[in-house]
Amino acid sequence: MIPAPFGYKRPGTLAEALALLREHGEDARLLSGGHSLLPLLKARLARPGVLIDIARIPGLSGITETAGGLRIGALTTHHEVEASPLVREACPLLAEAAGRIGDVQVRNRGTIGGSAAHADPASDYPAALLALEAALVASSPDGTRSIPAAGFFTGPYESALKPGEILTAVEVPSPPRGSGEAYLKAAQQASGFAVCGVAALVVPGPGGTIASARVGVTGVAAPAYRARKTEEALAGKPASPDALRRAAALAAEGVEPLDDFYASADFRRQLARVYAERALAEALRRAKG
Amino acid sequence: MASIPEAPKFIGVPIKRRDDPRLIQGRARYVDDFQLPGTLHMAFARSPYGHAAIRGVDLSKARAAPGVVAAYAGADLAGKIGPVPVAGLVPDARVPVQPVLAGGRALFAGEPVAAVVARTRYQARDAADLVEVDYQALDAVVDLEKALAPAAPRVHAQFEDNVAFRWAIAGGDIEAGLRAADVVIKQKIANPRVVPLALEPRGVLAHYLPGEDKMTIWSSTQVPHKLRTLLAQQIGMAENRIRVIAPEVGGGFGSKLNVYREEALAAYVTRELGRPVKWIESRGENFLATIHGRGQLGEAEMGLRRDGTITALRYNVLADCGAYYQLLTVAIFTLTGLMLPGPYKIPHIEMKVTGVFTHKMATDAYRGAGRPEATYILERMLDLAALELGMDPAEIRRKNFPAKAEFPYATSAGLTYDSGDYHAALDKALQKAGYPEMRRQQAEARRQGRCLGVGLSTYVEICGMGPSAALGGQGWESARVRVEPTGKVTVFSGASPHGQGQETSFAQIAADAFGIAVEDVEVIHGDTDVVPYGVGTFGSRGTVVGGSAVVFARDKVRDKMARFAAMRFEADAADIAFAGGKVFVRSAPEKSAPFARIAQMAYDAIQLPPGTEPGLEETHFFEPPNFTFPFGTHVVLVEVDPQTGEVKILRYVAVDDVGNMINPLLVRGQIHGGIAQGAGQALEEEVIYGGGGQPLNATLMHYALPKAHQLPRFELDHTTTPTSVNPLGAKGVGEAGTIGSTPAVVNAVLDALAPFGVHHLDMPLRPEKIWRAVSRARKGGPA
Repeated sequence: MIPAPFGYKRPGTLAEALALLREHGEDARLLSGGHSLLPLLKARLARPGVLIDIARIPGLSGITETAGGLRIGALTTHHEVEASPLVREACPLLAEAAGRIGDVQVRNRGTIGGSAAHADPASDYPAALLALEAALVASSPDGTRSIPAAGFFTGPYESALKPGEILTAVEVPSPPRGSGEAYLKAAQQASGFAVCGVAALVVPGPGGTIASARVGVTGVAAPAYRARKTEEALAGKPASPDALRRAAALAAEGVEPLDDFYASADFRRQLARVYAERALAEALRRAKG
Repeated sequence: MASIPEAPKFIGVPIKRRDDPRLIQGRARYVDDFQLPGTLHMAFARSPYGHAAIRGVDLSKARAAPGVVAAYAGADLAGKIGPVPVAGLVPDARVPVQPVLAGGRALFAGEPVAAVVARTRYQARDAADLVEVDYQALDAVVDLEKALAPAAPRVHAQFEDNVAFRWAIAGGDIEAGLRAADVVIKQKIANPRVVPLALEPRGVLAHYLPGEDKMTIWSSTQVPHKLRTLLAQQIGMAENRIRVIAPEVGGGFGSKLNVYREEALAAYVTRELGRPVKWIESRGENFLATIHGRGQLGEAEMGLRRDGTITALRYNVLADCGAYYQLLTVAIFTLTGLMLPGPYKIPHIEMKVTGVFTHKMATDAYRGAGRPEATYILERMLDLAALELGMDPAEIRRKNFPAKAEFPYATSAGLTYDSGDYHAALDKALQKAGYPEMRRQQAEARRQGRCLGVGLSTYVEICGMGPSAALGGQGWESARVRVEPTGKVTVFSGASPHGQGQETSFAQIAADAFGIAVEDVEVIHGDTDVVPYGVGTFGSRGTVVGGSAVVFARDKVRDKMARFAAMRFEADAADIAFAGGKVFVRSAPEKSAPFARIAQMAYDAIQLPPGTEPGLEETHFFEPPNFTFPFGTHVVLVEVDPQTGEVKILRYVAVDDVGNMINPLLVRGQIHGGIAQGAGQALEEEVIYGGGGQPLNATLMHYALPKAHQLPRFELDHTTTPTSVNPLGAKGVGEAGTIGSTPAVVNAVLDALAPFGVHHLDMPLRPEKIWRAVSRARKGGPA
């Protein structure tokens, strides 16, 4: 498993990295943790001319509190997200999703920015980022822009990043007060990627009702999506098991599920329904707890 | 007055493996760790098609690539390297000639079509991409039943159809047995292809020295001597000029019990170029071009009386050979026939095998090799029968066991099981599992709408391979034992352990006889220039046959040493004893000398009477008179989620009887690994082919191996029924876990699904398959 020849650049600053990206254009790929890119290189499914290794650029890593939530540097590893007391306190859903990625080795190397930018339709983060209504911050020589998660994941391995842009941070707003959250996943037995991963965020309302709910679904279709019909069916409704089941039944409405040797489209629909129901129930339980 | 020293015994003690520290610390040396100056690296262009005509191979760009020293296509090697060796054939088998590189047609995806040799591994790999092959894709034969249709494309044009061989075994009178039955259960059962997936892929480093006309080959192999003999013939070089070294080998599971094309090519190229040549298999190549295991699709028919007594078993099976045979492709399927009666008294059996050529890599030995397939058939059929007859699965098994007093027991397949106590293992396993409580727990769970299942498997194996009559003349194993002048002991084994831990267990065997510390024994294996000619490690034979050879060689040396000590002490040799690092006279223990002193004496001929042969070194070739027959009972509790099809193994209880244990820690390790591997086949593993013959899941991203977090803590125990076939009373344990676990796990899942009327599903029991079966059953109502 030997990659095709490639050049290697290691810029010291974000500005240098952006300049290199501009110089090499589509011939270049950014390297951070390498856990998506290196397997592709080794299988010779990707043959970039140049790798721009941004892994050691200062300032792109780490988790800080902001006025409205958290800012997570793109180079922050999955393990750092999973283990961060800040994340666990402020948005446990993201820590839970990070903890379900791959295995310990993957979580120690893989980064949140790399994972998001790679936009694998079976990766775990998108479900949580969608449910949390996070934003992804991209830098280019022209400046910085913030892209809502709902508009960031555009297709299988496709994101809203433009050529020449580097994803530098993820901004996660604090979830509504009193909400409960859960990320549940059916993992592909070989890869550990999500065949279906559901991130649910439930805000209880008065009198045993659900004020609002957000449901992010990954692995079922490309790209990951918000199960809006499920969310709508829950808003203002009693938080009964029946209501959850009826709403969860809509979790794959209007999407065209992926279909492969491991799981057919029908099965993915079924998993979306079951996992949505269970994730909602668990989120609700945690909200009450 | 001196007392007789306490004799510490090492046999039976759970000593830690001595190879573990180097393996864990990354200090073990595998083939790829051997670096010779000037080494050239080989890479292959392989067919991306299951079946294709090769209209031309253009090597010009590859040859012009940086660092490339040579490149070969099939035509370049015609007549220069013999075909890949095959053995263990049955009469009238059609034997296709397997070339080292494909000629006019590529017959499976991954078949090597061209080889490139370059100065670095990277250059070789890049140049292999530059080989231009003009392929014309052709229809591929993937499905076993379709392969036999009259219109099916032929894998080999010289044969009139895709039948590779036909073989049958029968005992008793199958028709009479089925007529005598009150019920006859029929089921079509598949045992899909799986990948052995040794953690270390294959690899070879071949180094020819022109000045000496000698060649050394480092290969990741289970059978160094077999490799040497067969390769010598294949490349036309004198066997005694070739040295094969199997250095650290990172697992084999049967997949390295073979001689592969790449090994022959490396040996050929190093001789042609006079430089070392290395090829290290990539994981991708390992999926495509190393043998696969299993690959059976059969119909079983079991006749029983109302009381559960089995009257007959018939099994008609299609055997997936692949495009070419590897070394033991055909033989593996015949082992299924020998194993067919299993641990049960089945007076009438019949198995008819039709070997089928397909556009796939060959199947061959994979942990259990033919025997798990038989056990699987039996255990599935017994569960179906129990269901039909309204019997408990434990009771129907108990009913059909031969009693302890019936051993030696002659089976209808023609084998004689020398010893066994199947009831004892079953009872112990049921007790350990708390079987009645498990059933109560299951009933309670069902009331709550949860799906718990209990699965049993009772098995016997054919191990300790084996008598030479059954193994093409080579069922023996060799050992040489030398007591060095300093009193250290060196054991040279013809077996070739590759993870089994016999560096430790053979030292235990030697240390006990000499009364010395186990640390003073060194075990050498895997070097044909150093160890006596050996057969190798497979078929749960390493300790059983190889360890027995150590016993005999060790005793020969000890007897000679006793004679020397008797001279020194003016005592009778029969009165000499070894213990506590001393050699002494049993009847007069004050007459003693350190073990090393007597050892030194044996090499100092001046101290020996004239006419005495000096030295302390003896060799023994042990020929086992029969196979060994380990047995056991596995009990599994699973929970199935009917909405998602996910299976969770809640408990795993195994009681295995492997006879006397040399090192119980190694035994447990083997059973742990075996259970995991067998459970993997039950739940996850299968090579899936597309219509063109390309495997769709030939990467570790897509092909699931069982992982630690999917498995519960194993609850192990044993019964001990020694065998009289060898001096150790050991029966072998390498394959027990895999043989017992696959049917136990499948039976548990199907027991969980019984309320839905789902009584059989083929492996692997992946979530979607289970969910679909449950959904179908729910739509159609209870069956």
